[in-house]
Amino acid sequence: MESGGGARRGRMVIDPKVRQVGFVTPGEQDGPAGVSSSSAQVNAPDSPAPVMIPPAPRVAVPAAADHSPPKPAAPVPIPPRSPPLPPRNFDAEDEMPLGSYNPGGEGVLAGSPNSSYGKASSEKAEIGDLSPTMVAELNSSMMEMSLERSKYELPVPEKENESTADVISERVEVPAINNNEGPENDARQRKLKDRTSKAERRALQESQRAAKEAARASAAVAKAKPPPQKKDGSNEKKGVDKKPVDKSGEKDKKKEVVVPEKDKRKDAPAPRLQFDDEQKVAKARRRAIVEQTTETKHRVELFRHLPQFVPPTQLQALEEKYLQNDTMHIHPAVYQVGLKYLTWDIVGGNARCVAMLEAFKEMIRDYTTPPQKVMSRDLTAKINSHVSFLSTCRPLSISMGNAIRSFKLKIGKLRDTLTEAEAKSSLVSHLETFAQEKIILADKEIVKHAVTKIIDGDVVLTHGFSCVVEMVLSHAHSIGKKFRVVVVDSRPRLEGRILLRSLLAQGLKCTYTHINAVTYIMQEVTKVFLGAASILANGTVYSRVGTAAAAMVAHGYRVPVMICCETYKFHERVQLDSICSNELGDPDALVGVAGRKEFRELVGWDESEHLRLLNLTYDATPADYVSMIITEHGMVPPTSVPVILREYRKEPIL
Amino acid sequence: MGDEYQVVVVAGGSSKDLFPLVSKDVPKALLPIGNRPLLSYVLDLLEDSNLNNVSVVVAGHESGVRVGSWIAEAYHDRLQVEVSTVSEESGTADALRSVAHRLSSENVMVVSGDMVCDVPLGAIASSHKRQRAGLTALLCPRTPGEGCEASAGGVGTKEKAKQLAAADVIGLDSARHRLLYVASGSQLGKEVKVPLCLMREAGQVELHTDLLDAHLYAFNRELMLEALERNEKFKSIKRDLVPHIVRSQLKHGRVEGTLSCSAYVAGKARYCARVNTIEAYGDINRDVAGDAIYLTGYTVSGMNNVIHPSAQTGAKTAIGPQCIIGEGSELGEKCSVKRSVVGRHCRIGSNVKVINSVVMNHVTLEDGCLVQNSVICSNVHLQERVTLKDCQVGCGYVIGVGAEHRSEALAKKEKV
Repeated sequence: MESGGGARRGRMVIDPKVRQVGFVTPGEQDGPAGVSSSSAQVNAPDSPAPVMIPPAPRVAVPAAADHSPPKPAAPVPIPPRSPPLPPRNFDAEDEMPLGSYNPGGEGVLAGSPNSSYGKASSEKAEIGDLSPTMVAELNSSMMEMSLERSKYELPVPEKENESTADVISERVEVPAINNNEGPENDARQRKLKDRTSKAERRALQESQRAAKEAARASAAVAKAKPPPQKKDGSNEKKGVDKKPVDKSGEKDKKKEVVVPEKDKRKDAPAPRLQFDDEQKVAKARRRAIVEQTTETKHRVELFRHLPQFVPPTQLQALEEKYLQNDTMHIHPAVYQVGLKYLTWDIVGGNARCVAMLEAFKEMIRDYTTPPQKVMSRDLTAKINSHVSFLSTCRPLSISMGNAIRSFKLKIGKLRDTLTEAEAKSSLVSHLETFAQEKIILADKEIVKHAVTKIIDGDVVLTHGFSCVVEMVLSHAHSIGKKFRVVVVDSRPRLEGRILLRSLLAQGLKCTYTHINAVTYIMQEVTKVFLGAASILANGTVYSRVGTAAAAMVAHGYRVPVMICCETYKFHERVQLDSICSNELGDPDALVGVAGRKEFRELVGWDESEHLRLLNLTYDATPADYVSMIITEHGMVPPTSVPVILREYRKEPIL
Repeated sequence: MGDEYQVVVVAGGSSKDLFPLVSKDVPKALLPIGNRPLLSYVLDLLEDSNLNNVSVVVAGHESGVRVGSWIAEAYHDRLQVEVSTVSEESGTADALRSVAHRLSSENVMVVSGDMVCDVPLGAIASSHKRQRAGLTALLCPRTPGEGCEASAGGVGTKEKAKQLAAADVIGLDSARHRLLYVASGSQLGKEVKVPLCLMREAGQVELHTDLLDAHLYAFNRELMLEALERNEKFKSIKRDLVPHIVRSQLKHGRVEGTLSCSAYVAGKARYCARVNTIEAYGDINRDVAGDAIYLTGYTVSGMNNVIHPSAQTGAKTAIGPQCIIGEGSELGEKCSVKRSVVGRHCRIGSNVKVINSVVMNHVTLEDGCLVQNSVICSNVHLQERVTLKDCQVGCGYVIGVGAEHRSEALAKKEKV
């Protein structure tokens, strides 16, 4: 059912700013041309992903194309679906013949036509048959007015046998009526009045009021920002023309209509703090709990906009505030986790995320709503302050960002009727499920998938230390696969040694080398397994620095590169380089070389005018270098990341 | 927030080191420092850090009663303090054993009651918890000249030399996070023995004598109680318990990434001192009246001194900077007070000079007295033209007309 709206949602992912607002601005509805173009778009096979889209009711599309000419060129303010309830109830109660097949239509809509492809295609005919119903159904919720009219205008028994085309043409006339202009309309209205019951009239009235409001709102919106609106309109219409839009989708839209402004604000990607913007930084610092001493003189010019490295001296300042109550009441558990981020005692997307969830759990358990406050609001504010504390310790990882987002969403959706204890336990269980499902079980699933890709005689290369890759390798070893591992490491953190130690302890054959020898070692490698901090919507893999080099070399040698990554780390953002968003590490970490005391050339580097040290933490691997991404939902090519985002991560959009 | 820690304050009793300043009437905990009882500095520090669950252990029954009544009066609405007493002879480890049944939190902080310090305890608590340590000790950098400068007690130079020799030897790793070796100077023979396994574990051990063990430890409760239980003969926390835990830190099941014994080295700007000798008492009083005045919470006047509004001074009387004059004290004409602390309700006649000294409450100094580098306890009466240099005068002592004393400890006969 979700993929029913596949093409439409796909667009939303690519261009998240475009929201389905539910009405079209006057003057932008460009009649036939617009319709045909939009329907052409729909037909275009470039829907971004190999998802299983159920066979669309193909009859509808050509029908729409055929009947587009009679479409009025007048501005079409499609009424919003804000007052949906009265007419719906009315539908149900109403004994008009339309209602008689309503349930059937509902059934099809409620069942999932695309749960399997075969099923969907077997239902194809049925869908085709029912498409008028669906369109009418659509109308019922989207354009109350038209529904009313269609019911009373059409000789009802005939309508069932009518072709889709008729229904659509019927629908197409609707907008003109919505404007309530012209004598024809008046006549119809009068006719309606004669024939409708009290409840019906009331519903009608309400829908008219809603239509008017919508017209007003659309005018306002059009003034505000016309260009995206246009896209919206075509989108909207496309949905109407072609797809039997599922109920849940409609519900989404209804919600959006209720709070369009707020929603937009929330959904627009918050502009990230650019750390070379002095005013903003000063402002942020004033709000910060800890005074940021990140005024490092020796910034690298290209990376001035990134949050600067938090020096370990900050640790002492932070620790001293530990037990003081005035620092915005940071819960001790969260405080400890923050300090561990700062000292890099907890590293890695999964570990940091799990630690944060655990700390939040503690915090929720100790939480009591202050008097005169609503739990969900107060808790959201509290979480915000805690999160900002964590991000002063170390910039948040994308995995944490996603976890926080889902948690805040959960808080926002708490019902007021719950008692505090119930709400708390539901939040705690949400945190537990998140850690369990999205991280632990997901890892198990990834291991299951990935192990199938290792065959006897393989030489597997990995870079740095990814806990999932470690699990994959050790599991493959434990089920008796014969393979060799090449651990490629890079300074200054040398995390690969942790992996090396654990693999050696399990009796795996290993080779250890540094990233500068990767071109040499790649000749004997047959597969590359890498971890990721995040995978972005364009398939870019955002991971520990060095990953891109390893992947590129592997690509050059035609060695398949497989990325193991849980889907909760996926992100809608698109990033083409590792400059616009990254994290700076400790520049002093580059100064010394372990075991080489005589290497002291860089000591005192910060006194030099002309020298800057740059220690980046992440890099971006272009999707071209990635053969496959192994997720808990299966193995997908990097081009399918948007599909995963769309299909499996719908909560944030709701 | 502070619920995760319980605090044990070992307040001591009437310590012999501080004779004749302390007695049964004035236990060490109530010794005035800048006109405030010594214990109040520790309790205020605890209160600042939201460590509200405090047990105070006092040696000696009488002292216990006095400390208890004072705490009940001063802190009844601020801290949850329980005062218990142990016998005079018992050591600090015994004090800890006596309150062991009351401890229930995961970590216990043990504080010496004679500490005057502004290191935020949260820092130690946090460091302890972050490293999941079994023991965290607070170490303060020793100021270079400490113990060598002119001291109030006027104890002989030999003793001073002894004092220096008694500096603790503390072994840390290169990052100054791990505590690898502790020995107090007095115990120390000619050699320092660091277990080889610790050397191997840490790679490098730095031995410090420039760090002061502030006698503030955060313990893992179970670890501490087990060590106390197994070793019945442990008397002192610092001399027996802590070195034992440090020595055997590898034996306790160590989790990867945690430290069994860690050290928190306070920043150089922090003040930390202990009132364990008479000269330290004089020094701390002067510090508190001077640079560390913020510890007392008094507001400093433009003259860089603190004079209680109810104190009266006669004509031509000069009170220098870094002085504290307590409530209701009266000074006559042509007096001079320099770098000294004068307590409450003292009556000082004309032409009296008080320099570098501590004068406690209800002291009478008649005309023409000269007090230098001395400590004068409560209710002492100096008759006319008495000269005191480097002396300590015990409570209630009366010195006759025109007497002159140098480097003496004067106290009532029956107490000697």
